[in-house]
Amino acid sequence: MKPNFEKGGKWEKFHTLYEGHRTIAFAPDLITKSKGAQIKDATDLKRVMITVVIAMIPALLFGILNIGHQHFIATGAEGTFLDKAIFGALSVLPILIVSYAVGLATEFTFCVIRNHPISEGYLVTGMLIALVMPPFIPLWQVALATIFAVVIGKEVFGGTGMNILNVAMTARAFLYFAYPAQISGDLVWTYLGDKTAVDGFSGATALAVAYNSSIDGTPVVEALSTHNAAMGADYSFMSMFMGWIPGSIGETSTLMALVGAVILVATGVASWKIIVGGFGGAYIMGLVMNALAVNEYMAMPAEYHLVMGGLAFGVVFMATDPVSAAQTELGKWIYGILIGVFTVIIRVTNPAYPEGIMLAVLFMNVVAPLIDHYVVKANKTRRLQRATV
Amino acid sequence: MSKIVKLKKGFDLKLVGKAPLELIQAASATTFAIKPTDFPGIQRPKVLVNEGDTVKAGTPILLDKAMDQVIYASPVSGEIVEIKRGDKRKLLEIKILADSSVLHENVGALDLGQDRASLAAKLAASGVWPNIIQRPFGIVANPADSPKAIFVSGFDTHPLAAEVPFILQGEARYFQAGIDALAKLTTGKVHLNVDGAKQVPEVFAGIKNAQVNQFSGPHPAGNVGTQIHHLDPINKGDIAWTVSAYGVSQIGKFVLEGIYDASKVIALTGSEMSQKGYVKTYTGANVSTFLGGIAQPETLRIISGNVLTGEKIEKDGYLGFYHNQVTVIPEGKYEEFLGWLKPSASKLSFHKALGMFSFLKGGEFKVDTNTHGEERPFVVSGVFEKVMPMDILPTYLFKAIVTEDFDEMEELGLYEVIEEDVALCEFVDPSKNELQELVRHGIELLMYN
Repeated sequence: MKPNFEKGGKWEKFHTLYEGHRTIAFAPDLITKSKGAQIKDATDLKRVMITVVIAMIPALLFGILNIGHQHFIATGAEGTFLDKAIFGALSVLPILIVSYAVGLATEFTFCVIRNHPISEGYLVTGMLIALVMPPFIPLWQVALATIFAVVIGKEVFGGTGMNILNVAMTARAFLYFAYPAQISGDLVWTYLGDKTAVDGFSGATALAVAYNSSIDGTPVVEALSTHNAAMGADYSFMSMFMGWIPGSIGETSTLMALVGAVILVATGVASWKIIVGGFGGAYIMGLVMNALAVNEYMAMPAEYHLVMGGLAFGVVFMATDPVSAAQTELGKWIYGILIGVFTVIIRVTNPAYPEGIMLAVLFMNVVAPLIDHYVVKANKTRRLQRATV
Repeated sequence: MSKIVKLKKGFDLKLVGKAPLELIQAASATTFAIKPTDFPGIQRPKVLVNEGDTVKAGTPILLDKAMDQVIYASPVSGEIVEIKRGDKRKLLEIKILADSSVLHENVGALDLGQDRASLAAKLAASGVWPNIIQRPFGIVANPADSPKAIFVSGFDTHPLAAEVPFILQGEARYFQAGIDALAKLTTGKVHLNVDGAKQVPEVFAGIKNAQVNQFSGPHPAGNVGTQIHHLDPINKGDIAWTVSAYGVSQIGKFVLEGIYDASKVIALTGSEMSQKGYVKTYTGANVSTFLGGIAQPETLRIISGNVLTGEKIEKDGYLGFYHNQVTVIPEGKYEEFLGWLKPSASKLSFHKALGMFSFLKGGEFKVDTNTHGEERPFVVSGVFEKVMPMDILPTYLFKAIVTEDFDEMEELGLYEVIEEDVALCEFVDPSKNELQELVRHGIELLMYN
């Protein structure tokens, strides 16, 4: 089969596709050149990327379970663990499949046209896109967002490693601005199916509850604790930390994000500076908001910011994308902290955007090269100053 | 003031196949070669001999028309048997069939009291000069320059590298004379950098005319480039020289005895080397006699030098001018089922990514030449920084070279590195880029533009 794909072969054009798939089954038989390093590290980009995918699996599995859980709360029905898991899987797996199928097809098309090897980046992006979607998003929107993100977010810049914005966040932002009805508001997070919600049920996310409390003046913690309490929902700090709240598929559980963070940091794949900076920045900004509080949302205990919405997921999996993050070590601190800070500012002060992490990450993606520029400049200056001494 | 520098960044590659500290009696090589390609700065090589000529050790056989004061001498006495050229008549090798006992050109002992210029001229005409390397660029030094300092690394942290104290046993007198000569050539100091984790070896004990500094930490602590960065870094316009410890001793021997003695002790290393140990030979030796007993050399990679910076040679190839080590490891031309996914503790990796457990396993690793993956754009950040013990931002430097941005290359520190300084970056890079080649490309851009 191989000769058909080699130069002069029948399917020469599809050489990159063939290689891309063959190297998944078999690590290639490439050897080092005659000059330079004669041996190479056993780790390659495929292994790095699969590590990230593995780190997201706890969030995915929890997300599947939680979607079932939320459904049964909303409809007031009793559901076993298995019922919830099956219900969740039926809603999540199609999204995951569409994200991978459409994204990879787009990627392959570009690889063939531009004749560059298939890169492993989409292994991670495909999973991320699925995890930041609301559970009952129309599949055609997932497909459209994926195509937009891969083409405009990545391929126009030259493919993997060249993009400025995080590809998965680009997909989500696209949907947010193109189809706001399906990705925001109180109605998209819980799927009722042919059933109706029990009386008094509100599909509001924790962030929306917190925001509303700044209007009606109830303390946030109290508003959260009474929210849907009649249906057995629990918006306590612990419950939000565990992730038993409505939200995008993978974002609700801070605990699962932290499990992912442990995997990423222990394997050295993601920068712990960005993760610590992100949580730290959000917490500090939360405290600043407390100090300046003029409404109930601002007065919300700072640690609540860390467990609500997608902050943990975004900081752990999105902000740490090495291509779109700051690349200098000092830059990573600044970048991480500012993501946390901006997330809280956007959440608390801007009524149009209940969730701040998406815009914070995208904004900091754009700013990251500027941060790096100054860190690099400081390095150059040190070198120049040395010369004059 | 001697300095003590403790480095943290870097990575020691612990490989199977270390040479035990003993001299083995191998059949001596019969042919030797000078390869102009060993000297990256040579621009227009000119051969000074013809096939059939007889030469002595120290007879000039090659020079660079761009810097014709410096000659490259025959390491042994014998007959020029072949001048091998490649495409476009590129000069590849000048082969010499050695006499059974080596005769030397002898110019008599050198008076170190003479002025700098005439001393430099005599060294340049002797054959020992190519030991002196200029930084920036890592090219053979120009005798007309006066460097701000000269740096000698007294230890080698490369994988399976020859132990410097062992290969210089009994050479203390020559080593001191070499240091004395070098001290005449610089306006500044001669720095001798020794392994801070070990006792100062006998050959360096009580050394005069040099500042002795201690470096400790993982590889590349023994790289002279790392040491320069921490002692007296090179800025634009600066010139510093570096000499290997062996080179210093060879210079010293010329100073004291007036001969170009190219004999050297080299280490035979690597997991597939049949007889590991040290052997005495001459610069440019044919390696085939050292590989006796290896069953199928075709399936193996024979490397002149170490696995990070060395060069692949054929089984009847020649030792590089600057190399004192032959490494033999398996070739890695195989496909491995799910090789990128399988967990393993036996594959050497700097990373701890999924399933890579080599960091848990101590001991030595067996390695081959498989790249373990295909080339990709730079994706992962912060990795190079962990193995680069200099205040340099490697990723930005590499990108500046890729984009051929001259100002950036200068400002980001290309004057401070040569290939060996980024060899670890090349090893650990999960995107498998050829970074040593890239750095040489950048250096050539700066040199010739």
